[in-house]
Amino acid sequence: MTCREFVEFLADYLDGALTSDESGRFDRHLAACPSCVAYMKGYRDAIRLGQAALLSTDEPVPGAVPEKLLEAILRARESAP
Amino acid sequence: MEIPYAAGATRTPRASLPPAVSTLEDPDRDDDAALLAGLRARQPAAFERWVRREAGRLLGVARRLLRNEDDAREAVQEAFLSALRALPQFHGEARLSTWMHRIVVNAALMRLRTRRRKPEQPIEDLLPAFLADGHHAAHPCEWALSPEALLGREETRRLVREAIDHLPESARVVLVLRDVEELDTTTVAGLLGISAGAVKVRLHRARQALRALLDPHLRRGDL
Repeated sequence: MTCREFVEFLADYLDGALTSDESGRFDRHLAACPSCVAYMKGYRDAIRLGQAALLSTDEPVPGAVPEKLLEAILRARESAP
Repeated sequence: MEIPYAAGATRTPRASLPPAVSTLEDPDRDDDAALLAGLRARQPAAFERWVRREAGRLLGVARRLLRNEDDAREAVQEAFLSALRALPQFHGEARLSTWMHRIVVNAALMRLRTRRRKPEQPIEDLLPAFLADGHHAAHPCEWALSPEALLGREETRRLVREAIDHLPESARVVLVLRDVEELDTTTVAGLLGISAGAVKVRLHRARQALRALLDPHLRRGDL
């Protein structure tokens, strides 16, 4: 397996979507390739960072409804057919 | 308006991440039946209660997709009106919150489609390069700190959000829908009108590109 092939199918590997033979090839490549170990770690970390950064909020009350938005929605409801 | 919902469409469980935000807790479950009855009876108080219960969370979803506050608020407003129109077709196949989540995602995607596209860096520029023999052209290095250590810093969160904003839109949207909103591949494919295979390719490329954008900062231990 080359590094190119490893990266190409990395998502399937992490999702557990490969056959046991294919996973075995991945495991053997990882055991011999520090570059791909580092790449995979960064790939997984990027996913987690993206999730957490977008879900974090700096608002004082997370999930609060801005009153102006509430008013706009209620007004729109009143004028809707 | 037809609300694309597939019975059994699931959110992909997310492992080893902080809880609560990623799961739909159930304090609202008992409220659903009473709320639905009030909405079907067109009670204004029920509608206001519903908006107060859902709008804050839905605004967060819309913000993540649209990255513009005015557009996000308008998408949430459109979502509530769409949901009211579609209420006769809603028979409790899903939680009310799950159904609303899908509607606001749809409303946000429709807004994105009407936006003028700004020039984007081709995603190919952000994918890893390989030599003719298949080895990495540039050896990846491990990052200096773990996500947990990094995320405590506002500077990191800002950097990550900016990196995601820098992704080509087609990649960014799939990343947000799959990795953040936790919609499964089939659902995302339906929402975007593309194949499941195309969703998987875009997601993988988006993640690779995100890694590439973050790498120069995180390998040096800038944060």
